[in-house]
Amino acid sequence: MNFTLTSAPIDPVALQRDLTHSSAGACVAFEGWVRDHNEGQAVLALDYEAFVPLAESEGSRILDEARAKFQVVAVAGVHRVGALRIGDLAVWVGVASAHRGSAFDACRYIIDEAKARLPIWKKEHYATGASQWINCAVRGDYVASNEPEKPH
Amino acid sequence: MPKLSIQYFAILREQRGVAQETLTTAQTTPEQLYEELRSRHHFTLPADRVRAAVNGEFVAPDAVLPEGAEVVFIPPVAGG
Repeated sequence: MNFTLTSAPIDPVALQRDLTHSSAGACVAFEGWVRDHNEGQAVLALDYEAFVPLAESEGSRILDEARAKFQVVAVAGVHRVGALRIGDLAVWVGVASAHRGSAFDACRYIIDEAKARLPIWKKEHYATGASQWINCAVRGDYVASNEPEKPH
Repeated sequence: MPKLSIQYFAILREQRGVAQETLTTAQTTPEQLYEELRSRHHFTLPADRVRAAVNGEFVAPDAVLPEGAEVVFIPPVAGG
């Protein structure tokens, strides 16, 4: 199966059902949820934005890599885009295999690679009213925003 | 000079103020083009933290930009 992006809520029960196979004796699924804090800040909501065609092709490449590296029967992944609230399911990865070891290993591989490689961006909105794109801060942002006005 | 279309996402879209544009440039690689755009639009991310995709595939910073290329600059990702 392919890696897809969706603006609709993810249904993990339906996705897991699609992994079903008579030769599968194990199923491991990872769910990434929106949590209410990050690095000491209270998070109210977040936006995910993606370059969808490349995120889907790169995600499907990761699934192919997992099929080649591990003994698996079926793999799939889905990532949300748009405005999400606390507790929403942001990303789902599922693997079915004959035995549990390769299902755990493949699932871990897929989510780790997806987080590192897919062109998906997250903007967090904080209780303070501030917001920021995660991983996009640069040295000097703090200094620049806190510098006293220069006298004219 | 090649005519290109450029799509912006996330922090670059906000700093540029538009999601896409077309332009004609003398720059021949994604790295050179990013530097030109960065100085014009005051992007905060340095070139070494931005990847490039051309026509839907990741490319090296020094790849040659073909005529009519659809260029996407990719800020540091944060999926999951």
